[in-house]
This record gives sequence, structure tokens and C-alpha cells, in this order.
Amino acid sequence: MRGRRRHHETAIKGLLAACALISVATTAGIILALASETLAFFKQISPFRFFTGTVWAPTFGSNAAFGVLPLINGTLMVTAIAVGFATPIGLAIAVYLSEYAPKRVRSALKPCLEVLAGVPTVVLGFFALNFVTIRLLEKGIPGVERFNALSAGLVVGLMIVPLIASLSEDAMRSVPQGLREAAYGLGATKRITALRVILPAALSGIASAVILAMSRAIGETMIVAIAAGNQPRMSFNPLEGIQTMTAYIVQVSLGDTPTGSIAYRTIFAVGTTLFAITFLLNLLSIRIVRKFRETYQ
Amino acid sequence: MRPALSAGSRKGRLSETLFVGALLLAVLIGVAALAALVISVLSQGIPRLSIEFLTSLPSRFAEKAGARPAIFGTLWIISVCTLFSVPVGIGAAIYLEEFAKKGRLSTLIDVNIANLAGVPSIIYGLLGLALFVRMFAMGRSVLAGGLTLGLLVLPVIVIVGREALRAVPSSIREGALALGATKWQTISRQVLPVALPSFMTGVILAISRAIGETAPLIAMGALTYVTFVPKALGDRFTALPIQIFNWTSRPQAEFLDTAAAGIVVLLVVLLTMNTAAVLLRHRFEKVPRS
Repeated sequence: MRGRRRHHETAIKGLLAACALISVATTAGIILALASETLAFFKQISPFRFFTGTVWAPTFGSNAAFGVLPLINGTLMVTAIAVGFATPIGLAIAVYLSEYAPKRVRSALKPCLEVLAGVPTVVLGFFALNFVTIRLLEKGIPGVERFNALSAGLVVGLMIVPLIASLSEDAMRSVPQGLREAAYGLGATKRITALRVILPAALSGIASAVILAMSRAIGETMIVAIAAGNQPRMSFNPLEGIQTMTAYIVQVSLGDTPTGSIAYRTIFAVGTTLFAITFLLNLLSIRIVRKFRETYQ
Repeated sequence: MRPALSAGSRKGRLSETLFVGALLLAVLIGVAALAALVISVLSQGIPRLSIEFLTSLPSRFAEKAGARPAIFGTLWIISVCTLFSVPVGIGAAIYLEEFAKKGRLSTLIDVNIANLAGVPSIIYGLLGLALFVRMFAMGRSVLAGGLTLGLLVLPVIVIVGREALRAVPSSIREGALALGATKWQTISRQVLPVALPSFMTGVILAISRAIGETAPLIAMGALTYVTFVPKALGDRFTALPIQIFNWTSRPQAEFLDTAAAGIVVLLVVLLTMNTAAVLLRHRFEKVPRS
């Protein structure tokens, strides 16, 4: 009886461990899947041409060009607009929630942020095209293209506002009350306390939130696939259509690409680039919190 | 003391007010954007909503297009996703919280799960394409789509599962063990029932995220125009968010209204699930903790 029960327990433990290992297997699977197709791609196209080329035209038959820079350029432009829009707004919301908001306003605003964070990105993409581009930008800015980086960037920014706001607020609220009281005791106003005491003390948390948001923006797919267009170009004009790395993967996936063709492999090469960039940013975000956290007590 | 620090002067008071005004402006921009989103979707989508919209097949004509295959497709893949990710996720959470010794392996799994949660969702689509569609030869089927989404939500489910288990007071474990229960008896009969409500809350939220996911399904090769309802795990499929994407990206403007109607359906489903999660959390918080 005892022996059987012990076997039973060991079997269950083994089963549970197998579940935990599936997560490790997922990472291994991602890396293997990306690496094998990317290596096959680099046998046909040299990495140098891929990473330094400024023309991306992989389906142009004999004139095909495989320079990934236009896609990276498009991705970075959308990300820059998004982070530039979301950081001041997210931070201001965080300061308001943490230092100013009465309890009732807070309990109304927090669910709003959660709702915004839960809106599917395809819905945000619809909003970017149908509202921001058609009803705002096209009415206000002459010469704006139907598909443009600005609209996609602003809405990606809207998507990451809740992330920046809630993580920064957490960081500010964890600054000990004593620091606030000490600042007030020295005669500082609420604004001075927020800007010169609380913000610097919470800086590591805020920086890591912004980097995490940046990584989200780079990996965001549906908003850019719907609103930013499919024109890979080395343009810095936010009113023109561009193409991001993610939007390119969507574009190819929508057609029926035969396995082993060069087009099929490009999405893995672009995917690897995307994965590497977001992975490094995520790592950096975790590191910043660990290394520069101001510890009190 | 520097003059900037003093609150008494009129200039000081003015800049205090301006500062609060700027903060409120930011809050207002956020709330206004959310309101514009909801209002524009509702005003465009609700006139287009009808029973026919829910029950008919897609069409080349915007006014006839329906969401039936997409709704059934979403039901299929979310069922597969849930059946895969919830048992595996809770299993992994139990192992990591209750069995694993603190060491290299558990740190490795920890870091790994945190990193997986930050991988862009479209990358999971490429994984699904290479692994399920090609290697396991499942084709671009309901099964492959559901498993792809399952892998995507797995890290989130493990994380909420661990939090739920961690919140169970250790006195419950010690009490059961002291009465002679084995470790597994303690976990399955004492710890899990206590952790369940909070775990379920997390699971509902994670699955509702999966319902709105579009990019990984497109990357693994889900269809965008389907005129049949999937009937088996091996059938090809489309899903509601993909259908919305398809309608949004058509050149004819009438399809934007159809897309808005699809979005209303999607948002109603998500809102229902989120409300359920909030109610569950609320009920759970009322139970006095030992």
C-alpha cells in the first residue's frame, strides 16, 4: 500500500514537472524554428546584404532585393511616435493617480485603464484607420496619405499608455511616505515633491516601464498592418505609408507562400530580427529594475 | 531655501495650478480617446447588427456579410486553447510552487516564463507555423490554431496560477500534512480548492486576451475568407478578429460598418468575460481568510 502510494506520488510529480518543462520547450521551439529557417535564408542571401541593404523588395523576381533596413526604419518610426506620445501622457496619469487623485476618481480611472489595456489590437487598428486617419488627420493635415505612420504610431501609443501609467504608478506608490513628508516638512509644494522627489526616486521603475512599452510597440502587429500601409521605404515622413517588420510578416502570411521558398524564409529572417530586438529590450527592462532600484528601509 | 520651493508666492501658486491642469489634460486625452473609440465603433456597428449578421456567411456584398463561420471558428480554437493551456498551466504552476526546489532549474524556468510573456504574439504564430502546421503536419487547422494560442497564453496562466497558490496560507498545508495526508492529497484536496477562485479569475482574463488575438493566427496561416463552419479539429478556419481585420482592410467603405458590427460582437463577448472575472474576484475577496 505504502509503496503504491509512493509510486503514485512520484508519477504525479513527474507529470507536473513535464508541464513546467513545456514552457522551456516553447522557448527552445521558438529559437529552433526561427534559427533553422533563418540559417537557410542566410545561405541564399548574405547577412551583410540583409542588414545593410536599403531596398526591401523580396517578391520582385529577378530584381528582388533583401535589405531589411526599410522595415526596421518603419518599425522604429512608429515606435518613436508611440513612445513619444505615450510617455508624457502615461507618466502624467501615473503622477496624477499616485499623488493627486482622490480615492473616488482613482477607482473610476483605474478600470478605464484596464479596459483600454484589454481592447484587442485589431479593434485599435480599426480605430486608427477609421477614426484617427479618416476623421482627424485627413481633415486636419493636407497631404496625409490614407495609410501613414503617424496614425498607427499614435494609436500604438494609446495602446501602451496603460502599461506605462500602471507600472510607473506602482513605482511611485512604492516610494516611502517618509520621503514625501520630509519634502513637505522642508516647505516643498506638492508639485516640487512630485517632480523632484518622487519621480527621481521611482526612476528605475519608470525607465523599465518605458522600455517594456517600447518592446510592446515594436512587436505590435495589427494596428500597423491595418493603418500604416505596406510600403517599405526609407522615409522619415510620418505622413507617408511605411511598412514595419510585423506588417511584412502579415502581408506574406495572407498570401499562400509555398514552404521552402525564399518568401517563406524571409518572414522567419524578419521574425528573428524582431525577436532579437524585443528580447534584448525585455532583458534590459528587467536588468534596470534589478540594478538601479532604490532600496529603502 | 530656494525660492522655487516656497508655495506662498503668487507665481508659485500659479505653477501649482498649471501643473495639476497639465496632469488632468493627460488624463482627459486618455479618457477621450477611449470614449471616441467606443462611440465610433458603436455608432457605426450597431445599425449593422442583426440576427442575420450573426447567422449568415460572409459575402462580397457588405450589407449581406455575416460572421457565422468566424464566430464558430473562434469557439473552436478557444476551446482547444483552453483545454490545452489550463491543465498544463496549472500543472506547471503546482510544480513550481509546491514541488520545485529553489535551484538552477527553477530559476531557469522562472526567467524563461518571464521572457516568454514578453515575446511578441506574432512570433508565436511563426512557431505555430513551423511546429504544428509543418513539422507535426496538422495543416492550418483548428487544432494547430488552438495550440498556437495555447502556447501564447500558457506563460500568463502559469504566472496567475503561481500567484493563486502563493496566496494560500501555509497553515492549511501544514495542517493537512500533520493529519497524515500525502503531499498530493494536501495539494489536490486542500490547497487547490482554496486557490481556485483567484486562479479562475486570472484564467478568464488570459483566455479573453486570446479571443482578441489576431496576429499569431494570421502568421500560422488561418484563412481570411471562409464560407463554411469548421466541424472537426482538422478543418481549416477563420476567427472573429481575423474576419474583422479582413473587413477593415477592404477598399470599399461600406465594409468598415460591417467591421464595426463584428467589433461590437467581439467587445460584448470580452466585456461579459471580464465582468465575470471581476464578480468572481469580488466574491472571493468577501470570503474571510484564515
